[in-house]
Amino acid sequence: MSENQNLPDVAREDGHGTVAVSQRFDNPGLPPHRQRVTDIDAAAAKRAERQVATLFGLSGVGTILALVAYFALPYDLEAGYIEHLGQVKLSNALIGVGLFIALFGIGAGAVHWAKTLMPDEERVEERHELRGSDEDRAAALGILSEGAEEAGLGRRPLIRNSLIGAMALAPLPAVVLLRDLGPMPEAKLSETIWKKGTPLVRDPEGGKLKASDLVNGSVVHVLPEGLEETEHPLNEKAKAPVLLIRLDPELLDEASSAGAYEGIVAYSKICTHMGCPVALYEQQTHHLLCPCHQSTFDLRQNCKVIFGPARRPLPQLPITVDEEGYLVAADGFHEAVGPSFWERG
Amino acid sequence: MTTTTTAKKAGSLANWTDERLGASKGVKFLARKIFPDHWSFMLGEVALYSFIILLLTGVFLSLFYIPSAGHTVYDGVYAPLVNQQVSEAYASTVGISFDVRGGLLMRQIHHWAALVFVAAMTVHMFRVFFTGAFRKPRELNWVIGCVLVLLGIVEGFLGYSLPDDLLSGTGIRIASSIILAIPVVGSYLSFFLFGGEFPGESFIPRIYTIHVLLLPAIFLALIGAHLVMLVIQKHTQYPGPGRTNTNVVGYPLFPVYTAKAGGFFFIVFGVITLLSALVTINPIWAYGGYDPSPVTAGSQPDWYMGFMDGAVRLMTGWGEFTAFGFTWSFNILIPALLIPGLMTIPLILYPWIEQWATGDRREHHLLDRPRNVPTRTALGAMGITFYILLWISGGNDIMATVLRLSINDITLTLRVLIFILPPVVYIVTKRICLGMQRKDRDKVLHGRETAVIVRTESGEYFEVHEPLDEYKRWNLVQHETHEPLAELPSEDANGVRRPGAGSGWKRRLSKFYFEQRVEPVTPAELAAAHHDHHGHEAIEATSAHH
Repeated sequence: MSENQNLPDVAREDGHGTVAVSQRFDNPGLPPHRQRVTDIDAAAAKRAERQVATLFGLSGVGTILALVAYFALPYDLEAGYIEHLGQVKLSNALIGVGLFIALFGIGAGAVHWAKTLMPDEERVEERHELRGSDEDRAAALGILSEGAEEAGLGRRPLIRNSLIGAMALAPLPAVVLLRDLGPMPEAKLSETIWKKGTPLVRDPEGGKLKASDLVNGSVVHVLPEGLEETEHPLNEKAKAPVLLIRLDPELLDEASSAGAYEGIVAYSKICTHMGCPVALYEQQTHHLLCPCHQSTFDLRQNCKVIFGPARRPLPQLPITVDEEGYLVAADGFHEAVGPSFWERG
Repeated sequence: MTTTTTAKKAGSLANWTDERLGASKGVKFLARKIFPDHWSFMLGEVALYSFIILLLTGVFLSLFYIPSAGHTVYDGVYAPLVNQQVSEAYASTVGISFDVRGGLLMRQIHHWAALVFVAAMTVHMFRVFFTGAFRKPRELNWVIGCVLVLLGIVEGFLGYSLPDDLLSGTGIRIASSIILAIPVVGSYLSFFLFGGEFPGESFIPRIYTIHVLLLPAIFLALIGAHLVMLVIQKHTQYPGPGRTNTNVVGYPLFPVYTAKAGGFFFIVFGVITLLSALVTINPIWAYGGYDPSPVTAGSQPDWYMGFMDGAVRLMTGWGEFTAFGFTWSFNILIPALLIPGLMTIPLILYPWIEQWATGDRREHHLLDRPRNVPTRTALGAMGITFYILLWISGGNDIMATVLRLSINDITLTLRVLIFILPPVVYIVTKRICLGMQRKDRDKVLHGRETAVIVRTESGEYFEVHEPLDEYKRWNLVQHETHEPLAELPSEDANGVRRPGAGSGWKRRLSKFYFEQRVEPVTPAELAAAHHDHHGHEAIEATSAHH
């Protein structure tokens, strides 16, 4: 074995010395091959053969099991019975276990076959340098420059330059064609359907609310009345949800008291961070917690952020009651609800 | 049928294909190609096979799935959802789960295979990184691999979103907020993507096309290129006796690897099937269809999105402010776009960064043992620590519930650890690598400890050390180390710029990589150690020189 076989000893940049070749051990070459039991013992080889065949046979059994599970297990589900979930799962589990045996049997059999009965003596293949020979490289370069010369790329810059220009312009329609992917945002991100006098209805069951429906410390999820009648109810619903909470009026600060009604306050439920519903209310601490990224808002401080990645407080919806005593919005939101966007300002 | 007629039939089939396709040349080139064997080479195979499983099960799912956000009223067999307003996408996915026999199994295989796909690609990438398999001539394949991991994350997220259930819808809402946070164009991008306001009805059919057509086509092309390069460049191999930089030692593609790798496909498929048969994943019927108003506590994305979600959770709100009349949401931009970008770009460029430090332009087909390249190994461990900390942060709420700790304390602790722990891991890993190299030197110089204590006639005790045989020894001495660039003036005595002396930055980087190093034992050192039984000095003698 030559000394420098481990890495070609190519002259390298100044200062990048490696340990001199003479100071290195020689590669001792492949260790002597050790035969397996199946190589020397015909009985062991026969046994391995039977094991492989058994695994393949087992695979067949698995396939049959999967088919039996598919056809034999009850799957005549009728609407209205939640117990059928168990049947669904049993059917799928048994089809799956059958498939597992079918697939794994083939795989394990093939690997066992290769490991016990196919040759396990390692072979050596030489690598060849990836770069072409100097002649190949010169020839390739020659072909390319000859072709470029034939095309007149250098001699006719007018053709070359006008082609580059045309190619640069051609993709423009592709970009323009994407224009109709969606409408312009306009002011949509800043608007909700809440306005003065919109009744608050329970989410999801519906029904207007009176102040007396809320006891101290209770929280009700509400939506604006008429949401379903809008053009895009789901889009409006992504902005409109509100949390209604009744607190001891003394706990409220001055700012939130202005929009409150007898200690009942209404805040946008859409997180000012990434738009998740801020649905977790801690009754003892009067904190609202967003389950997505744990932004925490303090109801006693007009929903100021006291922890987490959100920056802005949840916008308050000023509320009052109408002449029949139902809770209604005293006005729309005074600012955009939900996550930040560039034009929000 | 006798053997001769079988052979004749096979011969005529071979002749038919060869005369039309020249198949004999391909067989001659490929069938006996040698591939080296090592368990860690299976990681890439797992990724490839889970991709094939994804294609197969994905076609099945697409036969029943309806890619539409159109409203419908659920009237299937699952009682709790009956008469609820849901999207057709959601109703059809629940239908696949309950009305199609084996449909739930197929959904679960598809989902589990997706999780395994990204995980296998990630671990395969770690293997390639720590063994230096990305070095010349494989830099391009490293880049393709990185792109595949990133696309795998995107593809997984889109597929996870298709059922339009409450959990994935919340994920899309978060994605839309990230887009909204982009300065200047955010609102427009979001409106174009969703066909108007969030959630709209365009998003589901749009991501369906991307999920089942566009990205799979890109995957097939990139995976094809990845494998073609593997064949052209031949697989790397671990160092060992008989293995050199100019050969490949292993088994032929046909029949050994055909059986082993082909069999392994069935094993991967089988194991994922068993997992899917027995372990429920993504029970969308329990979540309900997407509705922007409700949410569940403990909302978690699939594992590969966890690091990004964790980064977002760790951030504080200070990053958001208003200036010049516009809103700047750095509380979202930094964790959701900047940090993933800062993690990805150095990763993709790493082969060139290291090449710049070593100045090594040679082809490398022998892998490094990670301990023999301490700085690279330590950098990798540092990066993985950073990633895992972000990933853990993505589960801070689950940790708080399970461990009964305050979520605020957990988050604050992680905010500190994310800065402290990665550098600590870097230092510790580097020390461990250097220590292991010294241990290797010790073994070569003084042999293996046999635990046999001998008393000499003079009453002296010593442990018998058994010298390593030349094959075992070769594993420990085969590598070479790099020295940092010499501190030469960049101009020679005549004031001419010294070529290749490198800029100050290059020298500093080279010093950072190779200042601390342990050289492998040389034959001379071994001879000296044999001469002097108490030659412990010899272990440190060469290891300390800077």
